[in-house]
Amino acid sequence: MAYTKRFDGRAIDETRPMVAKVGVVPRADGSAMLKIGGTTAIVAVYGPREMHPKFMQNPRGGVLRCHYNMMPFSGHGERVRPGQNRRAKEISRVIENALRPVVDLSAFPNAVVDVFIELSETDAGTRCAGVTAAAMALADAGIDMKDLVAAVAVGFVDDRVVADLTYNEEHYNDYSDIEDKDRPVADIPIAMLPTTGEIVLLQMDGKVKREHLKAALELGQKVCRDINEVQRRALKEKYQE
Amino acid sequence: MTDTLLVKDKDVVVPGETLAQGMSFVPSTGMYRDGENIIAAKIGLVSVEGKVIKIVPLADPYVPKVGDIVIGEVNDVLFSGWRVGLKGPYSAVLGVKDATSDFIGRGVDLTQYFALGEYVLCKIINVTSQKLIDITLRGQGLRKLNGGRLLAVNPAKVPRIIGREGTMTKMIQDATKTEIVVGQNGVVWLNGDPHNEVIATAAIRMVEQNAHKSGLTQTMKTWLDEQVKGGR
Amino acid sequence: MELLKEHILRGLDKNVRLDGRKLTDYRPVSIDYDISRSAEGSARVRVGQTEILSGVKMSIAEPYPDTPDKGNLMVNAELIPLSSPEFEVGPPSDWSIEVARITDRGIRESGALEPKTLCITPGKAVWSVMVDVIPVNDAGNLLDAAGLAAVAALSHANFPGVKDGKADYETRTEKRLTLSSTPIPVTVWKIGRHLLVDPLPEEEMVVDARLTITTTADGTIVALQKGGEASLTVSEVDEMVGIAQDVAGKMRSLLR
Repeated sequence: MAYTKRFDGRAIDETRPMVAKVGVVPRADGSAMLKIGGTTAIVAVYGPREMHPKFMQNPRGGVLRCHYNMMPFSGHGERVRPGQNRRAKEISRVIENALRPVVDLSAFPNAVVDVFIELSETDAGTRCAGVTAAAMALADAGIDMKDLVAAVAVGFVDDRVVADLTYNEEHYNDYSDIEDKDRPVADIPIAMLPTTGEIVLLQMDGKVKREHLKAALELGQKVCRDINEVQRRALKEKYQE
Repeated sequence: MTDTLLVKDKDVVVPGETLAQGMSFVPSTGMYRDGENIIAAKIGLVSVEGKVIKIVPLADPYVPKVGDIVIGEVNDVLFSGWRVGLKGPYSAVLGVKDATSDFIGRGVDLTQYFALGEYVLCKIINVTSQKLIDITLRGQGLRKLNGGRLLAVNPAKVPRIIGREGTMTKMIQDATKTEIVVGQNGVVWLNGDPHNEVIATAAIRMVEQNAHKSGLTQTMKTWLDEQVKGGR
Repeated sequence: MELLKEHILRGLDKNVRLDGRKLTDYRPVSIDYDISRSAEGSARVRVGQTEILSGVKMSIAEPYPDTPDKGNLMVNAELIPLSSPEFEVGPPSDWSIEVARITDRGIRESGALEPKTLCITPGKAVWSVMVDVIPVNDAGNLLDAAGLAAVAALSHANFPGVKDGKADYETRTEKRLTLSSTPIPVTVWKIGRHLLVDPLPEEEMVVDARLTITTTADGTIVALQKGGEASLTVSEVDEMVGIAQDVAGKMRSLLR
């Protein structure tokens, strides 16, 4: 029997409650925080600033460098040992590739814009929360960007396309109480440019059929637009009152 | 298709927001055209003049330009000049010939003129494509700034901190009896009695945070009057 | 740096700091708990604009052979580059290690968490408690904020459940870690001949000497750490201890 009712009662296209704020790290040039369900990402942008090591400088324009990290107490189970592990390095690259298409650093040759993404608590969707918050932080820093980038993890859980997976949904087979413990599950993080719908980050863990993938991506586009509204509000809120 | 303006004067816009639709509108910096749409590329305040749409950035990294008056800190002594940090990714070079009208012979200890850590108010005379910057101290008002300290502000807020024809800075200066010099690179130099400097610093931060609000000049005037009266 | 120092000293001579505070004024301090649902215990401390998070993680380990009935406690601090333009990516800096070790020593030497209370089965299984302190914004005084954050997180930490001899993080028990004391570090900074607390980043840059004094509720000193190149006289040390006891008392009243 299919996954008809989500563990936390949400609709299939509903994200968990979100809190987005900008300017949370006053010492940085730009910063933002995104809390989505039990996942909280804090991002600080420093730059354009001098780039070290010198050999990595690009004379044609500034370099965007992302550093994704989980705080030791933010893991789902055991403590996460400090230090850049392979997963963190991979996610850093994937997030960089999602942000590079929108950012224009041509006015800053040889400089770097460092984007630090830290997770203080996690319940799935960490790289998506990271990208979403990073886009806000870059805009907050006054970096030229043709668009913001919004991201969400969509998925396919037991014949159902759903948006914003929780840890339990990612590990559906461990958490559901149905008999068959091998139901198909796919976790698909997706990031897109809200103005054009173009996809800038796409990964998948699990198994999914072609037609379900298409449905999941379309759901992702819709939900990313909702998340983009949250980003815009957070950026503007600083200038209200 | 009718041309539509989707925003109005003083709206806050963010990257990716569509400002207008139609080919009759004229975009300017901080935005781009994508087919029929004009889309914002910066966080800023909209300003509309007829068909010309402008964005006044609310945050902006400093891009060095020839003619800019900037404040820096000497951070190295070179063979025939000094290196001056401008609080961004690029430092500037002050050549011996541009430092003073005195004749400085070879082999002279250059720290006699400008020592490490000293503050200078200078003008940019050259910027290469790789952002190598040359500055000069020869010119009206340009000089070493003695004493005081530096404050980093958002370069986008510099025009507001200076005010129209320098009125905002002058108002804070007069009220707090503190010397204030604002560099276009987002560096402010202040020098005054410790207590007054605290008020001047707070005033500059207030202007920085409220730059987008109207009636700021009056707000600042009222605030300064209270502060100066209430203090010693 | 010399110019900045001269300028700061000019103000200190008149008891006026860069932000208008007096030498012994502390910025507003606030503590929030349970800021990370992933941790067994967590807290956020704000001192002015300085913000630091701390989280407790517990796991089950084998005890050391010479202390079969004692669990482990370690406090770690990582000064992440997110929190300041001064911190670089890479292995922990000397400052980062010093902050970690000062915080760790204060809690350990005070005996605040008795290792025997972490014993599950002598010789076989004990709790291993790790506290990680991570700054989010460095506006000065990370040392004191870190110490307060570590104690705050430990005082609000619940043991996870146990399943098959391992920690079961899906279940949170009602059982709390019990602290027998609340060690609070207060660092007194010396610039010129002036002693001040709760420094701004600019003040930290021009400091001559500093002394971190960790005290418990009855004023007992449980840890001392001097930093900086300048020397301290005996009467200065005594004066600094007095200041630290006073400030620690005020901090302690914020812990609930």
